[in-house]
Amino acid sequence: MQDTLLEMRSITKTFPGVKALDDVSLKVRSGEIHAICGENGAGKSTLMKVLSGVYPAGSYEGEIHYDGALAAFRDIADSEARGIIIIHQELALVPLLSIGENLFLGNENARGGVIDWRATNQRTETLLGKVGLHDAPTTQVEKLGVGKQQLVEIAKALAKDVRLLILDEPTSALSESDSQALLDLMLELKAQGMTQIIISHKLNEVRRVADTVTVIRDGHSVSSFSASEGITEDRIVRDMVGRSMENRYPARTPDIGERIMRVADWSVYHPEHADREVVRNVNFDVRAGEVVGIAGLMGAGRTELAMSIFGQSWGQNITGTVEMHGKPVDVSSVSRAIAAGLAYVTEDRKSLGLILDDTITRNITLANLPEVASGGVLNKRAEAQVAEKYRKDLGIRTPGVFQKVVNLSGGNQQKVVLSKWLFAGPEVLILDEPTRGIDVGAKYEIYGLINDLAAAGKGVVMISSEMPELLGMCDRIYVMNEGAFVGEMPAAEASQERIMSLIVNE
Amino acid sequence: MSVAENSTNQEGGSSRIGTYLAAHLREYGLLFALIAIMAFFQVVTGGTLLKPINLTNLLLQNSYIIIMALGMLIVIVAGHIDLSVGSVMGFVGALAAVMVVNWDMSIGVTMVTCVIMGAVIGGAQGYWIAYWKIPSFIVTLAGMLVFRGLSLWLLEGQSVGPFPREFQVIATGFVPDILPGGDAMKELVGARNFNMLALATGLIAAFWVVWSGLRQRASNKAYGIEDEPRAFFAARTAIIAFALIFILYKLATFRGLPNVLLTMGVLTIIYAFITERTVLGRRVYALGGNEKAAKLSGIKTERLTFLAFVNMGALAAIAGLVFAARLNTATPKAGFALELDVIAAVFIGGASMSGGVGKIVGAVVGAFLMGVLNNGMSIMGIGIDYQQMIKGLVLLAAVIFDVYNKKKG
Repeated sequence: MQDTLLEMRSITKTFPGVKALDDVSLKVRSGEIHAICGENGAGKSTLMKVLSGVYPAGSYEGEIHYDGALAAFRDIADSEARGIIIIHQELALVPLLSIGENLFLGNENARGGVIDWRATNQRTETLLGKVGLHDAPTTQVEKLGVGKQQLVEIAKALAKDVRLLILDEPTSALSESDSQALLDLMLELKAQGMTQIIISHKLNEVRRVADTVTVIRDGHSVSSFSASEGITEDRIVRDMVGRSMENRYPARTPDIGERIMRVADWSVYHPEHADREVVRNVNFDVRAGEVVGIAGLMGAGRTELAMSIFGQSWGQNITGTVEMHGKPVDVSSVSRAIAAGLAYVTEDRKSLGLILDDTITRNITLANLPEVASGGVLNKRAEAQVAEKYRKDLGIRTPGVFQKVVNLSGGNQQKVVLSKWLFAGPEVLILDEPTRGIDVGAKYEIYGLINDLAAAGKGVVMISSEMPELLGMCDRIYVMNEGAFVGEMPAAEASQERIMSLIVNE
Repeated sequence: MSVAENSTNQEGGSSRIGTYLAAHLREYGLLFALIAIMAFFQVVTGGTLLKPINLTNLLLQNSYIIIMALGMLIVIVAGHIDLSVGSVMGFVGALAAVMVVNWDMSIGVTMVTCVIMGAVIGGAQGYWIAYWKIPSFIVTLAGMLVFRGLSLWLLEGQSVGPFPREFQVIATGFVPDILPGGDAMKELVGARNFNMLALATGLIAAFWVVWSGLRQRASNKAYGIEDEPRAFFAARTAIIAFALIFILYKLATFRGLPNVLLTMGVLTIIYAFITERTVLGRRVYALGGNEKAAKLSGIKTERLTFLAFVNMGALAAIAGLVFAARLNTATPKAGFALELDVIAAVFIGGASMSGGVGKIVGAVVGAFLMGVLNNGMSIMGIGIDYQQMIKGLVLLAAVIFDVYNKKKG
């Protein structure tokens, strides 16, 4: 038996009116990779905040035993000094500083306040070597991709003599290959004896690296099992949602009609680097009642394609035509694209999709205000009725439609964005990563909504980095790589292997 | 129905009032602060503050700040700032003086030209801000210097005045009493004068506040918007209605409704309506709340930003006319540092530096609060040194209160 490095016993954390954690226990053995799974809002982050001292000792009930002794962390600095380091979903690097400066931020190699650059750069190089990065220590972090930035974060943790490394959704923003590299690094660090906790929604990744899984649901620790007992996605999902998920994608009988939209010879150049062609000569079409998928890796140009079609919201020197029902339409501004019958649900709902401090009602009507106004004067009654209708139709869980969207969970926020675009009355909806950052239960509901849209005769274009999702939802799949479409296939003939091979062979 | 809906219904009365108060502390706080400050000065100035003549003065003195605060609120809600309004106001006043006094042009033509000039100036700044994405702080800082210089140039460093009588009435005139019964009331209340129109205006305004409040309450209830506890609603509405009647009664016993009050009142109602009830207003809030999301929702954010500055320029021009008429002369220093008072009024009124938040009524009350502070301290004979310090601290306190409140909530 290995030693236990960390044991959290019967942790209960109460906020006014809510029990965020109720008698949660977690036991992490030395040198293992321990995965914590749970839906959004299950209490994973709260648990990590208790562990790292964000909620200091005394503000919760229960005990933390760390490295053989009772620990009572007062703040983050306290837990970091003991070697517990969390790498958050949102990276905490300063983009305009170099890698070296970032690694030793707050912990500089300095004498009397004067930084020793030689030591900094040497140590940086050593640390970068450990995480498999070969960029110069003086490279600005801004110039690195998200995947490399994630590695820099890990190097930063190594610089602090980490003993327990906690990764919160480390691959949520990474491409497939970067994710694989990161998981490989985790396994390598494990081989060197590092204890790690990973919080992840991606169950295939959990299965790949975890030695033990603890599932948390509604503030309770539901189960904990090790690789020897068998870690399967089904078991994790069952424990996470409290029921078994026989079918992760609701069934739909496709009823595909006339062609609605056709995009021809679509090319787009980068808004800042005028010589970089980001979308190259793309052709595709969407029919009524059809769900069309666009598969590809992060950075393949899918979002850029969608945003450039939707009112030229991205890029420059855009060429090509968009036809609706066989007639060319003007999509040169967002309002024209909306008028032509398009809607685009962004992948980044917090910064591009919602006005977080506004109410659900105001967000839903935003893209089609004239519909709830006469002569430019808003009819608040009509507005409230519209919001109420979508709250019921889409099952937005909220005390009322006059709540601010910032208080909603990710899944419900996504439903608000969808409501906004449904109210704009489009014929074709482009959904960009519609289930990103949403828990399993809410995902299922969103899939159901997509099916309803198709059943209502709309055309749906679905961009997703999760291939099983595309395979489970779409009627037809296009594959995009490096700005161009490299394949098209009916979903029935598609498989992950076939899509990947199209991407790799290009 | 949903689980959460039930839970709000089950919560007890006292805790509901508590949470409501916590969520709306800012609005009540502003009203309460205004009342407290007025009461304080009324006592320490021995009743001078609320004397009809002083009340009339108070309104006239702050009219141009309030007029500009309406435009500034929109600019700030849109996520920008305008530092040039003091200079633009001074420049337009100078232009009016030169046109009327030196060139003998008609007052009508002058006023129209001046407001158009203000809008053009606003547009000239807004163009760079909206379409070239130059930070508004920089563009309007430049504008502040340019238009201060232009005023000096236009006036050749001299004061130009006086204006003809017909121009002065813009700021110093009163609306003639068109209603009968003034003489009878004069006897009744023992005043030297009594203006029935002013009293009627007060009564109508008070009635409107009560009526629209009740209507709003009814529709809120119908749509499940968080309800203001009855006692709060009653107290707040009663205080506002009473204050309106009281102030206009006081004005009635002096010289009646100042022209400027009418202008100010009408503009405030128009802008409150635009910001709260129209598609245009809603889009400005969306623009300030999240520009990218607004743009992706089909809102023409550039044009809206441009228009916010055009509007600000026009309002600064109106303020410039009022200011010049009130002083009866245009000086190169007119409006100096006034932009800071206007911006302070908007922030005291609850607007957020990051945009998307703020109300017209808040900005007006904020301007009044500053005005009462100025006026009260002047009556007390407090030196300008202390006045500046106190005003600065009030602004800081208001914003700290906002931020603290937001963190807690």
